[in-house]
Amino acid sequence: MIEASIRIGIDVGGTNTDAVLMDGDTVLAEVKRPTTADVTSGIVSGLGALLEATGVRPAEIAAVMIGTTHFTNAVVEARRLLPVAIVRLGLPATAALPPLTDWPARLREAVGGQVFMCHGGHEFDGRPISPLDRDELRRVGAEIAARGLRTLAVSSVFSPVNDEFEREAAQIICEEAPGLAVSLSAEVGRLGLLERENATIINAGLAELAVQITGAFRDALATSGISSPVYLSQNDGTLMSAEYVERYPVATFASGPTNSMRGAAMLSGESDCAVVDIGGTTADIGILSQGFPREAKTIIEIAGVRTNFRMPDVLALGIGGGSHVTPGGDPLVGPESVGYALTERGLVFGGDTLTASDLAVAAGRALIGDPALVAGLSRELVDAALASIERRIAEAVDRMKVSAQPLPVVVVGGGSVLLGDSLTGASRLVRPEHFAVANAIGASIAQVGGEVDHMVSVGPGLSREHALERAREQACERAVDAGAARDSVRVVDVEELALAYVPGNAVRIKVKAIGELAIRRRVGAATG
Amino acid sequence: MRQLGEAQLEDIALGAGVLGAGGGGDPYIGKLLAREAIRANGSISVVELDEVDDDALVIPTAMMGAPTVMVEKLPSGDEVVRAFEQLQYHLGRRAACTMSIEIGGLNSVIPLCLAARLSLPVVDADLMGRAFPELQMCIPGLYGIGTSPMAIADDKGNSSIIDGVDNLWTERLARSHTIDMGCAALVALYPMTGAQLRDCTVPGSLQTAERLGRLIRETRVRHDDPIDAIEMALGGRRLFAGKVLDVNRRTERGFARAEVVLDGLGDDVGAQLRLHTQNEHLVAQRGDEVLASVPDLIIVLDSESGQPITTEELRYGFRVTVLVAPCDPRWRTDAGLELVGPRYFGYDFDYRAAAAG
Repeated sequence: MIEASIRIGIDVGGTNTDAVLMDGDTVLAEVKRPTTADVTSGIVSGLGALLEATGVRPAEIAAVMIGTTHFTNAVVEARRLLPVAIVRLGLPATAALPPLTDWPARLREAVGGQVFMCHGGHEFDGRPISPLDRDELRRVGAEIAARGLRTLAVSSVFSPVNDEFEREAAQIICEEAPGLAVSLSAEVGRLGLLERENATIINAGLAELAVQITGAFRDALATSGISSPVYLSQNDGTLMSAEYVERYPVATFASGPTNSMRGAAMLSGESDCAVVDIGGTTADIGILSQGFPREAKTIIEIAGVRTNFRMPDVLALGIGGGSHVTPGGDPLVGPESVGYALTERGLVFGGDTLTASDLAVAAGRALIGDPALVAGLSRELVDAALASIERRIAEAVDRMKVSAQPLPVVVVGGGSVLLGDSLTGASRLVRPEHFAVANAIGASIAQVGGEVDHMVSVGPGLSREHALERAREQACERAVDAGAARDSVRVVDVEELALAYVPGNAVRIKVKAIGELAIRRRVGAATG
Repeated sequence: MRQLGEAQLEDIALGAGVLGAGGGGDPYIGKLLAREAIRANGSISVVELDEVDDDALVIPTAMMGAPTVMVEKLPSGDEVVRAFEQLQYHLGRRAACTMSIEIGGLNSVIPLCLAARLSLPVVDADLMGRAFPELQMCIPGLYGIGTSPMAIADDKGNSSIIDGVDNLWTERLARSHTIDMGCAALVALYPMTGAQLRDCTVPGSLQTAERLGRLIRETRVRHDDPIDAIEMALGGRRLFAGKVLDVNRRTERGFARAEVVLDGLGDDVGAQLRLHTQNEHLVAQRGDEVLASVPDLIIVLDSESGQPITTEELRYGFRVTVLVAPCDPRWRTDAGLELVGPRYFGYDFDYRAAAAG
């Protein structure tokens, strides 16, 4: 590994494509362009502007990192999804609740190609529930081929502990139905069959879109003359290769808030802090620990479907720059907001609605629009409403913290002017520059991870220490597989959970390892 | 007799989470099973205790094993029917109804799956009035009624009849069967007559769970405090409001135990509360003073939403309110405390009633 420090971070949102050119931790240039329907031209335009502004040659760029909301949006809108061949291995168990149980009808219609319940699956201690039935799977494969389905989701009971049935079943089915895109549940999620299977089905439905979108990214780079490797950010703040995303696009879900938080942290130089991102309608609050967002522990619904992804723990408050303000003894701020119509409806812009931004201008915290238009606001109202905003945000930050210790608070977003110079419970309040492109900066932070989450029976055959050691090794190996430089990989999180009512000292072990992306300086850059 | 459909099922599952006192397993999977069964077979008839004939046979049904396994190895759906029918066959009699042994958590809704599948009425009562970890911890035991004969069935089609010499033996034999069956099995147990039911069950538990669930749902919509509503409904008392500071989990004698430290907020600023849990919350302690213990219900709720939080979900930073609610008065007798009092769970102090009951 070498010091190839010039990178590009791109955030492809539904509305805007933001891009930054970074040298180490320094932002050399930033641009914002509208996202285009073909994706490619918006990125090409952004890349061109970056290179022109800095004079950096395409060959000097060591890596390009992209964060995208494309796949989340496709699922939320139930558009551009493929019908999925859904195979579950577990009969006779699990028959009572077939795949797609508890899905909203619209999404079920979009991806529910055909459900096949088959034999297989494992018990918690590794015994098979029933043996794999190869003839059954060959018949399933033939039917999938006959129906012309192009993508396959396979789930098997306890596959996070043992994934051999999923692999073997996929192989048998693909012999009958060649060319299928394959999604295995053991690669997608954790224990909890329905939630893991749901995520796997969503992943399979995205199979062709994933190839198209990563193709568009590669085209954009090629058009711009950049031949460095492309990585995408996943929801836990680590990177994955474009090839991995083609197979597992669900891993990009919720990478937006993660990138925003990590970008804010990097800009402020804080790695253990709270991040408050105040937009037009909401204030999103998250906690970073060692530079990574704390994970939500609960089940996450995506477009009404329960999943058990890794997701950042974010608390959203109905307070933003466009929030309505209702005067009174205890003035009310939000949750209604004028949103992006702020520049038409806010008082300082000559509109008729008293918004939180008007308060900030009246108090001298911001200079937008015409301050004369809010000069007549009562001082008591302005002070009371701003105090109320500060109190609610301080409470929300405190709610998210894990200890009573004061924590640095990093504030970003257009609505950050609503806060003053300090916040109760914050050791300091930091307002970094470049916060408008925090997402793209967050994407450019080059770390990759590997994770293990499985149940093991510890006892005479396998000591607890040995099981933990093996899980640590596996997590590190997965980080290396994902592109981490071996000597930089370290275990960042170990969780061990004894399971109620499970005998033989069964424990659930979760280990996460992180390492620096192994970027190799290409010949062109080294000699150029 | 009344009818129970999908809407009531949602409320029951939510309310059963409160009555689980931290344990009993997440009712989500059970709710889905019952919902699918109701969709396929129509609504369920619920009967009150006095509507059951004196000599009618009633067979309660339940899931046994690890809730963490059940969310991965989902049931086939036939297990509960097979366990129930095996016990009928063994007894040589048809049962008129089924019912829940445990209103707290997952087992509140398991009998509803059977009831829908077989168009069988379910009795509005249970055998605990909360959740407990072992089969002998049921009120009929205080009246000399046996857990066995019981039937146990798994997803693969295996089933077995267990006839223990006492309830502890039955629990022990059923536990080892459950492990062999993959740590999730369905059981039919405590066969009783209608006359016996009236004396030795907790009446109206389904209604209690449904009322709690409805209260939480409605107070949320009105932006009122669901915790006040739960406290009133259960005749309970607030013990503490705070934030989870520390969760120390360990395995002890084969059980997943945990000690949770809460740091006070609001009126409790500066104070700490310790919760000792083993599947359920067993003891709440402030300094050296025991504020509440089993068999009373120690209930941990999300301070804002009133959502019940299971012992396995508790994490650093959660804002929670701890309530204590009175258990069924029979658990407070000497015989009751011998079965489920603090000393049974290894604590060196006697039970003292914490809440008016």
